[in-house]
Amino acid sequence: MAAVARADNVTALEGLTSKMHVLRCAIAAAVAALISSPLAAEIAVPMAYIKQEVEAPPVLSNLDPIPETLGADGAQLGLADNLTTGGFLGHKYELSTTTVPLDGDFLRAVRAALETAPFVILDAPTEALLSAADLPEAQGALLFNVSSGDRTLRDAECRANLFHTVPSDAMRADALMQALLRKRFSNLAMITGPYPPDLSFAEALRRSATKFGLNIVGEKEWVFDADMRRNASQEVPLFTQDFPDYDVLLVADETDDFGRYIAYNTWLSRPVAGSEGLIPATWSRVVEQWGAAQLQSRFNELADRDMRSRDYAAWAAVRVLGEAVTRANTSDPAALREFILSDEFELAGFKGRPLSFRTWNGQLRQPIPLVTARAVVTQAPIEGFLHQRTELDTLGLDEPESQCNAFSE
Amino acid sequence: MRLMTACLALSLAAPVGAEEIWVSNEKDDTISVIDVETLEVVRTLPVGERPRGITFSKDFSRLYICASDSDTVQVMDPETGEILHELPSGEDPEQFVLHPNDRHLYIANEDDAVTTVVDTESRSVIAQINVGIEPEGMAVSPDGKIAITTSETTNMAHWIDTETQKLFANTLVDSRPRHAEFVKDGTELWVSSEIGGTITIFDVETQTEKGKIDFEVQGVHPDRVQPVGFEFTGDEKTAFVALGPSNHVAVVNADTFEVEDYILVGRRVWHMAFNGDKSLLFTTNGVSGDVTVIDVADREAVKTIKVGRFPWGAALRP
Repeated sequence: MAAVARADNVTALEGLTSKMHVLRCAIAAAVAALISSPLAAEIAVPMAYIKQEVEAPPVLSNLDPIPETLGADGAQLGLADNLTTGGFLGHKYELSTTTVPLDGDFLRAVRAALETAPFVILDAPTEALLSAADLPEAQGALLFNVSSGDRTLRDAECRANLFHTVPSDAMRADALMQALLRKRFSNLAMITGPYPPDLSFAEALRRSATKFGLNIVGEKEWVFDADMRRNASQEVPLFTQDFPDYDVLLVADETDDFGRYIAYNTWLSRPVAGSEGLIPATWSRVVEQWGAAQLQSRFNELADRDMRSRDYAAWAAVRVLGEAVTRANTSDPAALREFILSDEFELAGFKGRPLSFRTWNGQLRQPIPLVTARAVVTQAPIEGFLHQRTELDTLGLDEPESQCNAFSE
Repeated sequence: MRLMTACLALSLAAPVGAEEIWVSNEKDDTISVIDVETLEVVRTLPVGERPRGITFSKDFSRLYICASDSDTVQVMDPETGEILHELPSGEDPEQFVLHPNDRHLYIANEDDAVTTVVDTESRSVIAQINVGIEPEGMAVSPDGKIAITTSETTNMAHWIDTETQKLFANTLVDSRPRHAEFVKDGTELWVSSEIGGTITIFDVETQTEKGKIDFEVQGVHPDRVQPVGFEFTGDEKTAFVALGPSNHVAVVNADTFEVEDYILVGRRVWHMAFNGDKSLLFTTNGVSGDVTVIDVADREAVKTIKVGRFPWGAALRP
């Protein structure tokens, strides 16, 4: 018993040490810079991270719990990165983190943050994002969506003060369809979960299949309430038996409920893709090319776990601000907004090419790696999918498709 | 037994006078040795984990190897391939440069935002300098007074006074600076930016920007034109620049900063080294796992040599 307790202490201490280490680097750099930099024009950049807790539906397996600091850890890493650069330039970044409980008042938290910080990173569902963006206090602010892939936010429901560092569901679906088309997997079947994120991703997959000329030959809704850890091998073959022949089985299970029990249990032996199997991901621990190994190890040191998609989106949001402040040498939200929408802005996002914003809807354009649990299989945009501006715009809502007007005003 | 000894001696000792290009293979934990005469790999030597930067001592009696994942700099006897000892390098050494005094190694510690200065004789760390995130490119001026570290995520060139081992300037460059070189008797500093797609040229005296080179490869989107390593011809009138995943090497007029030519090489071209008379250039191509040999006068690729997985650094052994 005593031995166990000691082991825990050691781990906790190690975690603390590594966090302190990252901070120490930043502080040391800041001190070093103060001594040596002749440029010390002090600029303060106050940022806030606000997370609205959401009800997590019960899932069949508890193998992969959602980390409590999901997203927030990514923002912390972005802060450490910014502080180091800022240390050399006299730019001071601050980040406050607020978690709003299930029954809490999200808008009040946003208003409170806006009193001191015009740069707010929002980890919240679509409706909450929209009400935050519509607050009178938020009109001159820059808000970043790191959680919602909802198409409407990049479409008719876009807001001029709301940027998206998380890819839209449409971008992820297009990435998958490009990969499937490249492999000539043209007939698809799909199983969809019952929750809103599942339905929304399924809808994105349908639209994308149409866009790239793939056929969804059969669809079924997940209706089981049995415990699949015991029954998957009996139920899934029967459940998938009456699909017409298909090349790949799509699984729209963004809730992470049943998807893990589908592969190797289907009636026909077919690959699985979507929320499971071959996954179009914002980020994954298996991304290691283009210097990503360094980002992963910095994150591991700070958070003591692997970096996930929301962490990446939050990291990117903080880094977007850092990069813009570094280059434009100002903390004026309007000037920064103009800069990040300009041709001059680019972010090195460890995805192999510079990231920039779509000027028509505030979406950060970015490659989408297609990953399994063990490796990056390929990365979209897939070679051969061309676009007159940049191949990255073959993913998601292109300018003519988007009904967003807020950015053209 | 005698036969074996003879074979061993033959395989270990390189013939006198034969030039070699040494290439570190990042994902094979080996070094491939290419004979410049035959353009073939003649030896493959096991080294520490994830070898990246490699450089020889002035008299070529020692090879220094950044074994990044072993968190050390290894010192090898190039005659025998034996690792003689290791140097305290700081965490995750990626790239380094040897000071003209032939004694001090300036090492970029990629995971640690630190530049470590190691005395190769006393085998001790003599300074650690806090720099930006992910330090990588390293250079030292010909007079030895200035060392440079570029940091990939902070996007700066950090100027180190080698006497005090302190920073005296920090200059912004475009995204993900990768490689730095002093040229023209140390009056100019060139820094490549991988994601920015440019090379920035600084006036060393004032640490101000005096020029910038953009690249444009036909049929390749600008996003994929990513300058990394570069080297100069003997007269310093021409620079060869590896352009990463565009799979091309650019030929740049070092006086006018104009790009004169692009040469198709292997996939994700990274670093390079010349042979002794600089008539041939050897580029490491990470993704295709090979080395392209370029005829410098003709500006043409003449041969591809298969090496280990993910070749990274290259160095000449005369």
